[in-house]
Amino acid sequence: MAPARDRRTGFSRRRQYSAFFAYVLAIAGALVGIALLVVSSFNPPAFAALRMTVASVAAPVASGLDATVGVVRAVPDAIGSWFRVHGENAELRAQVARDARLLTRARVMAYDNRRLRALLALRDRSEDVVVTARLVASSATSARRFALLNAGRFQGVRPGMPVRGPVGLVGRVLETGPIAARVLLVTDPESLVPVRRTRDGLPALAAGRGDGRVDIRSVNATNVRFQPGEMFVTTGTGGIYPPGIPVAAIAASAIDSAIAVPIAAPDALDFALVERPFLPMPVSTPRAAAATHVPPQAPPPAP
Amino acid sequence: MNTIDHQPFRMPLPPGRARAVPWLTVIGGSALTAVVPVVASFALLPPLGLVLLLTWRLLARFSLRAWAAAPLGLFDDLLSGQPLGSAVLLWSACFLTIDLIEQRLVFRDFWQDWLIASGCIAFCLVAGRWIALPLGARVDLVLLAQIVITIALFPLSARFVAWIDRKRGAAA
Repeated sequence: MAPARDRRTGFSRRRQYSAFFAYVLAIAGALVGIALLVVSSFNPPAFAALRMTVASVAAPVASGLDATVGVVRAVPDAIGSWFRVHGENAELRAQVARDARLLTRARVMAYDNRRLRALLALRDRSEDVVVTARLVASSATSARRFALLNAGRFQGVRPGMPVRGPVGLVGRVLETGPIAARVLLVTDPESLVPVRRTRDGLPALAAGRGDGRVDIRSVNATNVRFQPGEMFVTTGTGGIYPPGIPVAAIAASAIDSAIAVPIAAPDALDFALVERPFLPMPVSTPRAAAATHVPPQAPPPAP
Repeated sequence: MNTIDHQPFRMPLPPGRARAVPWLTVIGGSALTAVVPVVASFALLPPLGLVLLLTWRLLARFSLRAWAAAPLGLFDDLLSGQPLGSAVLLWSACFLTIDLIEQRLVFRDFWQDWLIASGCIAFCLVAGRWIALPLGARVDLVLLAQIVITIALFPLSARFVAWIDRKRGAAA
């Protein structure tokens, strides 16, 4: 490649100044970058509005692409199922016959459960689905694990709401824009979900690793053995995630800290359900007003 | 490569538009990575904005101003999920470094360009990971794979940029 032709700016004052100020601006740009970085690392939601405004433009585009890919991907499935209809029909009939027995047992158990909970005076919190939306894109170049949800503030999505798929926990809403929201996936290295083992209720923490899996760390016991296939569900501790949502299953046996595979694969998800936080943030009590309220004074003593 | 100019008398792009083309390609690269309809489990997608920016800077030296890295990085930060300011800083640092290298290495061929771009890509991705994540996160193998993929993308990007640059006309 030939050398840069006009590094020498010659006698033209204009070119000398413009070259000089270009470098001044370049260095100033780097300094502005440092300043922005400091602000955004000490106050991560500082630029959420700006980011989510841009995301609200990107989300419809991603939704369109996502729908297109879905349609194209459905074509081979449709052809395959056309040829498999008869065999599948027979299989499904056999499965219905098998499941009828299980269903009866489950109904009995559900009735028992309701009755026993009524005895204990426990109240089940009804599941409040805010909106059903799709995860349409993700931070595929960054090491952080965010997904873009194609529903936002207009649909009632607020930061802090848990997001789940039909089978397991996906993450929680971090920032919201008008029609898009950013979801922190459970596999993000800064995500922590309190979980318990389904077998014996052993409390643990599911911490994201950043490589598509999570670390299950035992919380208050040492020398805990994890076996492959053990399931972990949310506890409801912390008030964000409702209890009982499957989070991950252990991949390999280990002691105290094990690698687990998330139950819900966000990419294979048809729909993501955004729910209300399990325990909403307490509203600020009008304590200030109560403090300024002066108690009625005693009547002045009679002269 | 086909170097026959089939339309030798066609007017080149007006200078304003020719100057906007590199900006638009870099912005388009950044935007493309954000709308890929895949919810990735780990980061393997190459940062296309960065690759295109480095290619423009190395192949067509005067296509982008010296200060262009900061605003382009800001746009990339808004979409990429990195903390805001990381690409502003790292892309500007790459531009200044390339300027320093250019003063010493005046005659370069493609392999040297590729080597410089590889260094810049590795620096941006490693530093970006260090900025975005706590040190304990286990993403190093994935990061290495992403760096290799991104470096391997540079020749393709060079062809693409050279094609656009030829269409753009000789706007200095």
